[in-house]
Amino acid sequence: MTKEQKKFLKKQKIYKRLILITQVSLFIFLILIWQILSDKNIINSFITSSPRNIIKTLITLYKENNLFFHIYTTLKETLISFTLTTIISLIISILLYHYNFLSKVVEPYLIILGSMPKVALGPIIIIWIGANIKGIITMAILISIIVSIQSIYNGFIQTDKLKIKLLQTFKASKKKILLNVVIPSNKETIINTLKINISMCLIGVIMGEFLTSKAGIGYLILYGSQIFNLNLVMTGIFILLILSVILYYLLILFTKEKH
Amino acid sequence: MNTTNKILSVKHLSKIYNTLEGETNCLSDISFEVNEGDFITIIGPSGCGKSTILNIIAGLENKYQGNVNFTSNCEIGYMLQEHSLFDWLTVEENALLGLKIKKQLTKENINYVISLLKKYNLYEFKNSYPKNLSGGMKQRLALIRTLAFKPRILLLDEPFSALDYQSRLSVSDDVYKIIKNENKTAIMVSHDIAESISMSNKIIVLSKRPATIKNIHNINLSINKGPIENRKAKEFSTYYDQLWKEIDKND
Repeated sequence: MTKEQKKFLKKQKIYKRLILITQVSLFIFLILIWQILSDKNIINSFITSSPRNIIKTLITLYKENNLFFHIYTTLKETLISFTLTTIISLIISILLYHYNFLSKVVEPYLIILGSMPKVALGPIIIIWIGANIKGIITMAILISIIVSIQSIYNGFIQTDKLKIKLLQTFKASKKKILLNVVIPSNKETIINTLKINISMCLIGVIMGEFLTSKAGIGYLILYGSQIFNLNLVMTGIFILLILSVILYYLLILFTKEKH
Repeated sequence: MNTTNKILSVKHLSKIYNTLEGETNCLSDISFEVNEGDFITIIGPSGCGKSTILNIIAGLENKYQGNVNFTSNCEIGYMLQEHSLFDWLTVEENALLGLKIKKQLTKENINYVISLLKKYNLYEFKNSYPKNLSGGMKQRLALIRTLAFKPRILLLDEPFSALDYQSRLSVSDDVYKIIKNENKTAIMVSHDIAESISMSNKIIVLSKRPATIKNIHNINLSINKGPIENRKAKEFSTYYDQLWKEIDKND
């Protein structure tokens, strides 16, 4: 390695580290400001809560055996709706790809359903499905599934035509084309859709828990706001933040290329 | 190479496309014959329907008028515009893809593919992925994939069109030598006059749409050492001028 190359690499390393250090210190700085401002009573900690109060609330929840119960509830609902969304949207995308007529018929319906705010369907879901975990999961699926179908299907129809033609020269059936070209060449699209799905499902679950629930982080936040306990609200949001980051990175870890 | 064993004859081939804008006449009364060992190039202005002829021969298009007759039952290999290698498969898996799809992964066939990979210097890369190969190696791999089920006729649809000029020369030389080495008959579509003369013994000149056959040239070069060397033959420029004039008028 030349001297210049070494110098260049060192510079890049320093630059990267500088970004990380700035990111972390910005976070610490904001938390500190928040704490100091509420300690000095410049902001009203009854309304804004404070980092210390959030930690205290977390400890209380943990001591009351409530912390992991609520996290577990939300996590369970999210993972169930994520799995169902993924499976259903993959199946529907395959069907739409396979039956051109069907996809043409369904197209305007997908657009309408996609552009409609699904939260508005909340009350109907509660009446039809029930004010329970099933209703919450339905809500989450509804919120995520249309986008999921649209992006996977769009990926499918944009598959390299030459690769498809190549398989046709091997006299491959439509099924073989799907399994050997369309799905493998859309691996990237599918993984990206999963990343969107996991956060959309979490949004849907929280929406659902706002509408109807006895447990979960959405319930915690809503309950906190009803009794005007802003510490509880902020703690709920904080847990949610951690949860969504963990879910996102777990997904990246699971879908990472082996080679 | 001077065998007169006819293996394919195309007679009065016509093709009409129906679209919302109306009928488009794509091919009109195309007839030619292919002998064993021929390297035929079909040349003509872009969009005239050259590839359609290959698609019909390959059986990918069923709606046409006229006849395509094979004198014996022969397998056809089709090499497309780009190498179209699957980047999620290894070199070996790519080479075996056609056999896998056709459910012909017999020991004998696999050994044949491995022998081709060895012969054309790809075997040591059998476990790497296409992204690690050079342009020429990719093209050789695509050709081996096509050769895997021992086709007698190879169809080449502008196989070098995605390459820059230098690579085009060396890759065409590679591909030509492999085709001759393996004793294959080839029908290539091209719009490059020099490439056509340097590779083929027969050139079919098509007119613009609807494509008719303008002329069929028999090419006889005094040098026969592959596309790069062949360009040095003294007859080369005469052929070039003839074809240039013919094709130019059509545009």
